[in-house]
Amino acid sequence: MDRGGGGIMNHLLTTEDLDRATLEELLADADEFSEVLNRPIPKVPALRGKTIATMFFEPSTRTKMSFDKAAKALSADTMAFSASTSSLSKGESLKDTALTVRAMGVDLMVVRHGATGAPWRLAEWLDIPIVNAGDGAHQHPTQALLDCLTIKQRFGSLDGLRIAIVGDIKHSRVARSDIFAMATLGAEVILVGPPTLLPLDTEGWPVKTTTDLDGVLETVDVVYLLRVQLERGGGSVFPSLPEYTARYGMTNERFSRLKDDAIVMHPGPMNRGVEIAHEVADDHRALILAQVTNGVAARMAVLFHLLGGESNE
Amino acid sequence: MRQVMNADDLGRVIRRIAHEIVERNEGLDNVVILGIPTRGKPFADRLAAELSTIEGNPVRAGSLDIGLYRDDLDLRPRTRLGPTIIPDDIDGRTVVLADDVLFTGRTIRAALDALADIGRPASVQLAVVVDRGHRQLPIRADFVGKNTPTSHDERVSVRFAETDEEDGVWIGEVEGS
Amino acid sequence: MNDIVIVGGSVLTVDGIESVDIGITGGKVTEIGKNLDGGSVINASGSWVGPSFVDVHTHLREPGFEWKETIATGTEAAAAGGYGGVVAMPNTDPVTDNAQIAMYVAQRGTQAGFTDVTPAGAITMGRAGDKMSHIDEMWSAGVRMFTDDGDSVADAAVLRLAMEYIANLGGVVAQHAVDADLSRHGFMHEGSVSSLLGMAAIPAEAEEIVIARDLALVRLTGVRYHLQHVATRRGVELVAQAKDDGLPITAEVTPHHLMFDETFVASMDPDYKMMPPLRSASDRDALRAGLVSGVIDVVATDHAPHAPREQEVPFEHAPNGVIGLEWAASVAHEVIGDDQMRFFAAMSQTPAQIASMEGHGEALAVGHDANIVVFNPTTEWTATATRSMSRNAPYLGTTLQGRVLSTILRGDVTYAAEG
Repeated sequence: MDRGGGGIMNHLLTTEDLDRATLEELLADADEFSEVLNRPIPKVPALRGKTIATMFFEPSTRTKMSFDKAAKALSADTMAFSASTSSLSKGESLKDTALTVRAMGVDLMVVRHGATGAPWRLAEWLDIPIVNAGDGAHQHPTQALLDCLTIKQRFGSLDGLRIAIVGDIKHSRVARSDIFAMATLGAEVILVGPPTLLPLDTEGWPVKTTTDLDGVLETVDVVYLLRVQLERGGGSVFPSLPEYTARYGMTNERFSRLKDDAIVMHPGPMNRGVEIAHEVADDHRALILAQVTNGVAARMAVLFHLLGGESNE
Repeated sequence: MRQVMNADDLGRVIRRIAHEIVERNEGLDNVVILGIPTRGKPFADRLAAELSTIEGNPVRAGSLDIGLYRDDLDLRPRTRLGPTIIPDDIDGRTVVLADDVLFTGRTIRAALDALADIGRPASVQLAVVVDRGHRQLPIRADFVGKNTPTSHDERVSVRFAETDEEDGVWIGEVEGS
Repeated sequence: MNDIVIVGGSVLTVDGIESVDIGITGGKVTEIGKNLDGGSVINASGSWVGPSFVDVHTHLREPGFEWKETIATGTEAAAAGGYGGVVAMPNTDPVTDNAQIAMYVAQRGTQAGFTDVTPAGAITMGRAGDKMSHIDEMWSAGVRMFTDDGDSVADAAVLRLAMEYIANLGGVVAQHAVDADLSRHGFMHEGSVSSLLGMAAIPAEAEEIVIARDLALVRLTGVRYHLQHVATRRGVELVAQAKDDGLPITAEVTPHHLMFDETFVASMDPDYKMMPPLRSASDRDALRAGLVSGVIDVVATDHAPHAPREQEVPFEHAPNGVIGLEWAASVAHEVIGDDQMRFFAAMSQTPAQIASMEGHGEALAVGHDANIVVFNPTTEWTATATRSMSRNAPYLGTTLQGRVLSTILRGDVTYAAEG
């Protein structure tokens, strides 16, 4: 079934259908944008005159700021829509909201929505590129790009790397995006988590799954820790937070057993002392802040691809 | 396409421009060479090699991608971004921009914008292999390999072994336009 | 001379399938035979003729949700689908939990004149699941089917008592069998597609658990029980087992569960959102086999209109349900094939028995009310429009085989296909 998207060229909705060449190109450009961001004046005029709307139907400060910074570093104008200030509560349909904002003269929309597939619906209704900044527990493709960029900068390539994604895979759009991007770039992906937080059916996914972190800990190059959604904890999906930490947390002891050059990543915001020990979070092999920095560069690459001239060559 | 410079001609021209750069700037102490990708980059590298010979110590050229500074992004197919590598601090120095062909001047305009975001050079000079005329902006080159009158529809192709597997300059009609 | 004659069809009569003409006068079947004359002639050559269809599961939305559908528009769509009678679900506003609302619904159906409308009554007050509704006064007002459709009656004690009361009256309890706890946050079938989409999902066991419990209560109370929109393989197996055990149960399947499966939800198009959700391909295969074999007795539409505006939202925010009255017969024929007897049993005779709808679902005989449908099993057509006020129909734009040509209600032509 055609799920839309069709690669990077018209929209960026999912990593599932991004081929290796497109991913490599985006990462190469993101690398160039990293250089731009290190300049005394970290701003280029590439998207001067373009207007980018960030449409956040679900609260998110960090991702929104990152997209905002990326747009501004490309000299695009930005407009922000957030659900708390919107007319959605007055019963306006999502379609009408989208058409209204589009009519103000918007060239691209960045969409975050709590409901799965919302960016696909906008892509269906509007004639401008849509960037999925997170839909439900489904996809968050720019997170995957920044994660792959961070790994690539450290190891040169993802080919042959063993990457463990640890935690609440079931409810994680980060995991669903990373899995496909990392696998396409040649990494071996292992999903690790308690049985209640692993997806029910991963047949056909390019992954292995296990509930035993200690069993794979010493063989992996990257440990990607997912945030424990505290509101889910305590007695519903696992017995308690301490029990989670004991079995799945990146404790100091576990950190000491990693390969010497292995790295630790986290999409943020972190729960220090739960999925990641305080000291580990600050270790130089924890690339969490590098991920944040790379987020801006990766998003610049995406915005530039979608708006910087004819893109289908 | 007809050839207007062969490999020897091209080598001679680059050597001459290198000497002119040294002469104009009374040495190289204060000079940074930046090539504009794609073919300004091998041109800058060749200049740097000649300058190293002349001065007797190694000279490195950088590169300055102008893809993000074009004023015609909407009009043309998107090309891959090239690298921007600045080998030295450019503040207060003389930057010599190197490009293969000087045509409308818009590429150089974009390069000057890019340069202004990176630093504040004391002066900027321009070296080109071919000046083919048809300027749309008040820009001129300081060092010119060859002035070649062309018609607007013609294409000037400066080729370097590094990018095109051969050295030389050709002129011909644009295919399919 | 008859008012109307239907000529050249393959007719379901009390004597079986016969190639005969049907004469209709004064709203009754007055003649069955060869070479009949009539003032108005309906050419049924190549078509099946039989009792008009009965839908035991229709949401007409009136009163309370008239922006989605009215009794007039819903029954007009029903007539176009070959129906002569529909059972209106009670999840209106106010809920049909008393005689006044039930009588209102029936009366609005009569006024519209497209089909007979029999209201179903809620089992509990306000469909809230705790207090028994006005079952007895609704019975007196003609209600025969009781259901809290849209929700299961979750409390086994409440359901048991209602079953005892309804059994004594002779009514039927119809259950929307989806466990409230297992389905609470879910939007779709739990399986490979929900795993990929990360969407909160409902395991097939949510249906199995309710059916299994209800069957125990049927055994206890002896009530006539109708399982609504069975959607899982295990559900079909439980029904088969219960029938073997001699329990008084019947089951329905919807056109959409026969046609689609969870893979269609990958499009994240709200037109594929329903409750119970579209299940796996294996489940769908079991439903189709169940309908053919008769384990599943009838096709019921669960026609569930929602205004276009309500569909202009992400999948998860869209309301459940799709419309289906106008193509249910085509889907039923696609599954059942050329077995005209089974087709009319599933579309007309058994539904009429389940709903205790008099004058409907009887093989044609002289003296009966002329409630008749002409269905051509070979005509291909593309559903491009609907008489419903709503458009939440995944069938729109698809080409279907088998089409209703005429529908007659007590001698009045309520639908005639164009062309």
